[in-house]
Amino acid sequence: MKELRLMKGNEALAEAAIRAGADAYFGYPITPQSEVIEYLMREDPARRTGMQVLQAESEIAAINMVYGAAACGKKAITSSSSPGISLKMEGISYIAGAELPCVVVNVVRGGPGLGTIQPSQSDYFQAVKGGGHGDYKLIVLAPATVQESVDFVKLAFELAFKYRNPVMILSDGIIGQMMEKVELFEQQPRSTHEYEWATVGKKEGRDSVIVTSLQLQSEEQEKVNLRLQAKYREVEKNEVRFETYECEDAEYLFAAFGSCARITRKAMEMARARGIRVGLIRPQTLYPFPYDDIRRLSEKVKGILTVEMNAGQMIEDVRLAVCGETPVEHFGRFGGMIPSPDEILEALEQKIIGG
Amino acid sequence: MSENNIICHDNLVYDKTRVMTDKVLHYCPGCGHGTAHRILAEAIDELGIQGETIGVAPVGCSVLAYYYFDVDMQEAAHGRAPAVATGIRRVMPEKYVFTYQGDGDLAAIGTAETIHACNRGENILIVFINNGIYGMTGGQMAPTTLPGMKSSTSPRGRDTSTMGNPLKMTELVAQLPGTYFVTRQAVHAPANVRKAKRAIKKALDYQKLNKGTCFVEIVSNCPSGWKMTPTQSNKWMEENMFPFYPLGDIKVPEK
Repeated sequence: MKELRLMKGNEALAEAAIRAGADAYFGYPITPQSEVIEYLMREDPARRTGMQVLQAESEIAAINMVYGAAACGKKAITSSSSPGISLKMEGISYIAGAELPCVVVNVVRGGPGLGTIQPSQSDYFQAVKGGGHGDYKLIVLAPATVQESVDFVKLAFELAFKYRNPVMILSDGIIGQMMEKVELFEQQPRSTHEYEWATVGKKEGRDSVIVTSLQLQSEEQEKVNLRLQAKYREVEKNEVRFETYECEDAEYLFAAFGSCARITRKAMEMARARGIRVGLIRPQTLYPFPYDDIRRLSEKVKGILTVEMNAGQMIEDVRLAVCGETPVEHFGRFGGMIPSPDEILEALEQKIIGG
Repeated sequence: MSENNIICHDNLVYDKTRVMTDKVLHYCPGCGHGTAHRILAEAIDELGIQGETIGVAPVGCSVLAYYYFDVDMQEAAHGRAPAVATGIRRVMPEKYVFTYQGDGDLAAIGTAETIHACNRGENILIVFINNGIYGMTGGQMAPTTLPGMKSSTSPRGRDTSTMGNPLKMTELVAQLPGTYFVTRQAVHAPANVRKAKRAIKKALDYQKLNKGTCFVEIVSNCPSGWKMTPTQSNKWMEENMFPFYPLGDIKVPEK
């Protein structure tokens, strides 16, 4: 049964993992996402669904536990925040290389290094351009609300198994820590399906299953890469998701994702109150990125301002989308600072309208 | 008597276990890996758990172990096999799960994963091949390289004042309450092969009790890395490795 609750982002996400029928969560505490594992330990999902929860000795161990469980065809999820995600990148590359499904949540905080515990979007490049070694892609979902934190967990598992690829939920400290009304989806049963690619014990009459990302022959490794690339083209064709606001008559366009898109939406409303016709596009998938849709929208506007809690990362994809045909500028606060709607409106006026 | 009368089941003195594939082993002549593989495969076969076993291969000389064991297997990142095995056993608690790791994998880069899997008492078997050297990358110093022992990164011999001391992982994990059965074996002579196989079989069998981690070290040789003939390497191992890494059970289940 669907259920309405007031919940903190991290806790709602943890509840969604249980309800999505996850088989296992492996994690390590780090601010600002520790509520995910705390909620799971408190909730004791083994009691509810049989889902296993384990606090690992490190983020590295946690992602490798995810690898082991995912290679058995099980729904495995881990969560962390920026410095911890860097540690997981080795394992994520192996998971992508071995073509295993899993969900990785990054509740982003400011960096670089130990950085700050305040919210940020400075892991955009790491999430969408690789992060670990080798030519691979994560499917990246960017929730802007607690509701999306919940819904994207279910979607992430569906996409992970559809494409046998790791899916990242790129949240941030705002979404993780804020409380909002949320509608929880119904409990999904844990799957008992045995996948032919999964190590479940060798059956009579079939070859043993080997899960590996190693091919010593370069001809074979090239084939793996070609297969991955073909898969990514499918993902790009099928899975682009975004929302637009007030774009019909827009002369100018904001582009923003996650929590920053909410602040930008407020700036958009303030601008409209002043007679500035500005719209907003909010990519929900950062990979695949809505290049074509931004390109189409850009043809009708005089300029685009990307608003990000980083020094300018998504702007590179927006610029790729418009191919130099439309001016694109960036406004950002970073290191844990959150832009105000006033600042954003001022940036629009100075960098785009007056620019 | 015709040939057919001689080649019959009753006269069979040795047969390759079906838990090993027909792939030709890539190991160097005289290396202990082949024998260690065989006794692990035989143990799985004799316990009748081929279809219930999931193995984890390491990074190192035995990185391709999954080609040789005819069981479902996963390839782990360097040192992470105990974490991968943890993930497997937690979602497949009815399966038999083993890792097969060398000294660089288990006792250097994977030290944290090894100690914590053992400390949690994960119900897995860890097979640890200790030959005191990095074989695959060409004979560099390992965490278990003996004091004074030469390698390509300790060309004048391991100087413990600057390069640290060899790590006795097996004694270390035996201290942890999570381990159930910890033993050190060898496979260079028939009597040792039989003992090592019994230890592995026992360790696998214990897994269904869910009493904790079983840890079987096999002190082994590396003729190529040690720059010796196979025979010389076995003699050197007896004279130098065994005094430092004494064979025998270190922790046995309480009766």
